[in-house]
Amino acid sequence: MELILFYLFAGVVVSSALLVVFFRNPLSSALALVAALFGVAALFVLLHAYFLAAIQVLVYAGAVMVLFIFIIMMMNLDLTTLRKIHYSFTGIVGALFGSYLAAILILRLGYFSEAARATPEDYGSIASIGKLLFTDYQVPFEMTSLLLLVAIIGAVMLAKKEAKHAARQAP
Amino acid sequence: MVIFIALAKIIIIPVLVLNLIPLLIWMERKGAAYIQDRRGPNRANILGIRLGGMVHNFADVIKLLTKEENLPDGANRFYFYLAPFLAMFVSFVTVAVIPFGDDVHLGDLVFSLRVTDASVGMLYIFAIVSLSVYGVMLGGWASNSKFSLLGGLRVASQMISYEIALSLAAVSLFMVTESVDLGTMVRAQGELPWHWNFFHQPLAFLIFLVAAFAETNRNPFDLAEGESEIVGYHLEYSSMKFALFFMAEYAAIAVSSAILVTLFFGGWQIPGFSTETLLQGGEFYLKNVGLGVAAFSALTGLVLLTQYRPGKNGDLRDYEVLVLGIPALLAGLGLGAYLMWMGLPPLADWVAPVFVAALQAACFLFKVLCFCFFFVWVRWTLPRFRYDQVMSFGWKGMLPIALANILGTGIYLLIRG
Repeated sequence: MELILFYLFAGVVVSSALLVVFFRNPLSSALALVAALFGVAALFVLLHAYFLAAIQVLVYAGAVMVLFIFIIMMMNLDLTTLRKIHYSFTGIVGALFGSYLAAILILRLGYFSEAARATPEDYGSIASIGKLLFTDYQVPFEMTSLLLLVAIIGAVMLAKKEAKHAARQAP
Repeated sequence: MVIFIALAKIIIIPVLVLNLIPLLIWMERKGAAYIQDRRGPNRANILGIRLGGMVHNFADVIKLLTKEENLPDGANRFYFYLAPFLAMFVSFVTVAVIPFGDDVHLGDLVFSLRVTDASVGMLYIFAIVSLSVYGVMLGGWASNSKFSLLGGLRVASQMISYEIALSLAAVSLFMVTESVDLGTMVRAQGELPWHWNFFHQPLAFLIFLVAAFAETNRNPFDLAEGESEIVGYHLEYSSMKFALFFMAEYAAIAVSSAILVTLFFGGWQIPGFSTETLLQGGEFYLKNVGLGVAAFSALTGLVLLTQYRPGKNGDLRDYEVLVLGIPALLAGLGLGAYLMWMGLPPLADWVAPVFVAALQAACFLFKVLCFCFFFVWVRWTLPRFRYDQVMSFGWKGMLPIALANILGTGIYLLIRG
């Protein structure tokens, strides 16, 4: 049963991830990504990591992707210009790094499958994750939050400057 | 066996929510009417039976089903059709973790009166509620209309903003209860009303209530419809697809009332009676509840009979009070007399636990309906916010207060030790 469900959701993840790349309409791509994130959440549930699954849906599908779709809708993209396929330098570099990552993951496949056998009783519970975050991983955790804060302030500052500039130009 | 119980729960609980929708529409119409000093729907009838306007819902459904389906020019067909279903889906899936009663023990079997016992409880609800934005945004975008798109974006940004306050208000509850599981949270509140969370966490309750109004797009956060400027995500929808959006709104009201009751008003707890008390005095309570139901039925029948005015409408509607009143009176008297003179027959073992569960579920539904009425009441009492007021209130008002509440709760817990 669990194996069937795993293959089902893994199939959802892989196929919708492929659709993200192959859809021409950016909104469809974004929604396919939402489906892929859902599939990952389902895989987390199969691993008994309920907290991670809920957070996966809450943060990625419910917040990050909503903002993506927000922006796609606001930009009002012209579908005819998107149909052309561009080859650019950044694309080639990206493909190189992507294949490097894929190679590492494929080479490591056998290594991970053994280690994930035994799980403790409270694995993935909110209490155990919270304890880890606030003891062993306190410094990285706080640094991540600082990084996010810097990003937010930076975004606000960028948006603010432009607004001031525009206001000065207006008669 | 386990799988059949799970299937039954999966079917029964969403159907329960589905059945609350016509009840809420009726409540909205009658509530609006009496707040505005008029009578509300009282014409639609089946052979003279109106049930106080409830039958009007059938007329609505027939009308909506037979209206023309309209696909706007240049609309994205797939997303246009998908959006109402997404909106409905979210409302129904949320209810899965809400407990309708205490666990029922039948011999060795233990039923929990909810679809799933997922330990993440409230986080699951947050995760699903955060998806309700998709139905709205896709509906607005796929309609290929600028007003729909603007409405969709407006509602989406409102929902995202208030979701934060909603979650933060619940965080202080998690701190008090030390759990996110709704069953545990209800049990921790106990059966005494002054131990319920709205008493311990009044600020969190207010924030959660306001944010719940914003999440369900009800007045005073009624930007989704915006009747005065007609900017809404469902502008281009017609027929049953439009109805699906509206049903989703009412389902969302029912579900958020259920969440409010579960978090702050003791869920299925009956004030003053714990599950143990009820189980011990099972027969006594069964008899008294039976007598209460009998008295209520008889009184309703009597009141209905006094309303009989021959020739008032001049058609079958005149006899409605008799058709409903006489059976109610007779059934009430009969049940009362039977319980008084004959007493209860000897009960099987399973009767008391099932009765207690039913009583708790009834109490839960009663509380939920009270909150639903509150939603109606507010809608027909308060005016609507302007869009910038909604945003500044959400980010500059609710968010800091919710954060301060978390800090205060933390300090309180630290001092209490």
